Amino acid sequence: MILSFAPSALAGYLVVSGLLLTIGIIGFLVRRNLIVMFLCTELMFQGAAIAFVAVGRYLLDYSGQVMVIFILTVAAAEAALALALVVLLHRQKDTLDADAYGELKE
Amino acid sequence: MIEAIAILSKLIAMPAVPTAEVLHAVDLSWAGFIVWMPLVSLVLCGLCAAFKVKTKAPAIITVICLATSFILTLILWNSYTQPQTIHLFDWLQVHWEDGSFVANFALYIDSLTLLWMLFVTGLGTLIAVYASEYMEHDVGKGYTRFFAGVSVFLFAMTCLVMGDNLLMLYLGWEGVGFASYWLIGYFYQKPAAVAAAKKAFIVNRIGDVGLALAIYLIWSTFGTVQYDEITTVLQSNSYDASFGGWTVHAIPYLLMLAAFGKSAQLPLYVWLPDAMEGPTPVSALIHAATMVTAGIYLIIRTYPLFMLDEYALPTVAWVGGLTAFFAATIGMAQYDIKRIMAYSTISQLGYMFLGLGVITSYGAAYHVFTHAFFKAVLFLTCGAIMHGFAGQLDLRRLSGLRKMKGWKIVSYTMLVGCLCLAGFPFTSGYFSKDAILAEAFVTQGPGFQFLGWLAIFTAGLTAYYTFRVWFRVCAGPVHFEPGDELHGDDPATFKPHAPRFAINFVLITIALGALLAALPYFVPNETEHLHGGWIAEMIHDSPATAGVPGNNVAAHAPHVEAHGTIAHDLPHGDILGMDPHKAMYYISAVVGFIGIGFALFFHLFFRSSADKLRSKLLASRATRWLPTSMENKWYVDEIYIALIRSPLWVLGKFFSLFDKYLIDGALVNGIASLPRTAARWFSPLHNGSLQSYAISMIGGAVLIVLLMLFMPEIVELMQSLNPQSTNAEQVVVTIGEAQ
Repeated sequence: MILSFAPSALAGYLVVSGLLLTIGIIGFLVRRNLIVMFLCTELMFQGAAIAFVAVGRYLLDYSGQVMVIFILTVAAAEAALALALVVLLHRQKDTLDADAYGELKE
Repeated sequence: MIEAIAILSKLIAMPAVPTAEVLHAVDLSWAGFIVWMPLVSLVLCGLCAAFKVKTKAPAIITVICLATSFILTLILWNSYTQPQTIHLFDWLQVHWEDGSFVANFALYIDSLTLLWMLFVTGLGTLIAVYASEYMEHDVGKGYTRFFAGVSVFLFAMTCLVMGDNLLMLYLGWEGVGFASYWLIGYFYQKPAAVAAAKKAFIVNRIGDVGLALAIYLIWSTFGTVQYDEITTVLQSNSYDASFGGWTVHAIPYLLMLAAFGKSAQLPLYVWLPDAMEGPTPVSALIHAATMVTAGIYLIIRTYPLFMLDEYALPTVAWVGGLTAFFAATIGMAQYDIKRIMAYSTISQLGYMFLGLGVITSYGAAYHVFTHAFFKAVLFLTCGAIMHGFAGQLDLRRLSGLRKMKGWKIVSYTMLVGCLCLAGFPFTSGYFSKDAILAEAFVTQGPGFQFLGWLAIFTAGLTAYYTFRVWFRVCAGPVHFEPGDELHGDDPATFKPHAPRFAINFVLITIALGALLAALPYFVPNETEHLHGGWIAEMIHDSPATAGVPGNNVAAHAPHVEAHGTIAHDLPHGDILGMDPHKAMYYISAVVGFIGIGFALFFHLFFRSSADKLRSKLLASRATRWLPTSMENKWYVDEIYIALIRSPLWVLGKFFSLFDKYLIDGALVNGIASLPRTAARWFSPLHNGSLQSYAISMIGGAVLIVLLMLFMPEIVELMQSLNPQSTNAEQVVVTIGEAQ
């Protein structure tokens, strides 16, 4: 038997989720290091995932968990790709400062 | 190979039969090699260029190939019995219900073709030998390019002369024009040479338009472009081509335009003097002996078509006669010996056209033949002088060559050329020119008498300017100044480079040819009722037969008799009560002697008197125009510039401005600048900073969230500002429902 939980408990989950998202956004905006920025995007993913799981459990709907499986899959694929890119970029310029790669504009 | 075996087996089988007949009996397709050998030479020269050959190999290749062509021509001539077509391959074959356009790559061999081929390939070979020495300073540089050009020219010229249809003639016509452009512009670093090449090409284009239109009209009138079929159509209609309507009257004039362009007649002659910027062998081969006679060949080849219009041949005669006189007056006052020869060529070509016009195709063809030899030798001696004296061509700065060591052959071969050109009695030029001059009095036509006297006067001018050159350059005290192409020699200690074996050999051979060219006049021919010796026999079975004396004109072109205006031999004209042919022997000899006498006086015995006369003429206001305008070539180039070049230049400038500012400026760049301007507004967004992209993304997300949260309030606010709107209510409803 699966039980829902109280709205107050949901609020706690959502607060944690919101905090993770906000930390991710702020980190993404203020840091220059590509790996840190990449980790911040992971934080944002997890914030969203927590919100999905929590709301899914609250509404007794499995869609939330399905969504999280998708998010994890995408995050894993994206992590593999992004880390490979970061390695290649580092080889090119010996730095991971995001501004160093600004010549792609125009 | 198989053919050769077949020929050999026949030879063994029939030892009694002469070789020529066996060759004839087997197959004549070997005659195609007359055309192909120059092409082979071109390919081999191309290979030499590709492998950067730094020896005289291109010259040897070209001479061998051209000599093969010449020998094949001799064999063909030897075995010649009657006109025939040699099919090489199908070229253009278009057939439809009620017509066709057929132009095969086939050779039409009649005596006229052979006459032309004999001197084209023969002189081509000799001049290639000459050029092998003359061009030696360019070995490894332009040497290969030069001989490739000569090969192209010979290929095109053989196509032109030997083709059995007008389209092949056109191929050759354009080909020789291209080769001429190629070789005039040989010294492409010299701006004058480039300009001359362009001028020759463009002026020739005008004539070529005429030829293209003429070929089209001939095809649309006669349904064919093959010579023998055109003749068949004419014969089947008893030379009454009235079925063609206006076209038969247009065709001769268009052909004339083409011939006058290629053969440098008034008013299209201006390219030929400038063409002297090319190397001298080119001037001798292309611009004196062979290519410029293509116009005469064209008219002889299409002679029956000229009979269809009453005024066509008189027009040819008038243009030719006036050109002969006009060019001679310019030639008299030039100082550059090569240029004098150029104007002399124009003048002699004028004689040939006069001959065609007064219906003596025999005389015209004979003059082409003799002129090819003596003008070639004159140009080649000029070339040897230019070569030896570092580009010096001014006859005031050269003197007494015949007394200088190593220059005797040049001097005396030049004398032979001068004698022939001046029409000295019993030289080849004397007989060929007389044939034309006499006929001007024999044939009745509009103003032919006047043209005859003008031509006689011109013969005197010719004798004068020819010997002006010889007396100034070869006779008199030894004196010379080198030209400006010193190649590092010191002008103070300059020693002329006398020609060596190859040049001397060619000069002697061609000079002998020029002397022997008088023989055809005496060689009796075997054809009945034919006067005029070997040359007459050479052309009497060609389309030009109407102009051969003794032939029954009426049988070949009966309508000529019907017209009555240009009938030949019917009312026989006379000069001062004598038979024109006899009278002309005396008249032209006397006129020639007078011309030579003037030259002797002004340019050998009393050289200063020529300058005195000139300054006397210049001093008087009434006569000043004469020497100035003659020295400035009657300002024809200036008139062309004023009347044609400048207006075209202004028009071109206008269109270039139109193109630059309206088409390019307003339309093309104007439209292109619209998206660029739009892009400029948005381009600041792309500043290359990852964080700023992130901010705009997150800002956008936040904006969407805020809108979704406060949409009802926003709509309410808008509604209160504009209470009349009913649409806003609907928006609220729809958004409410969606949520």
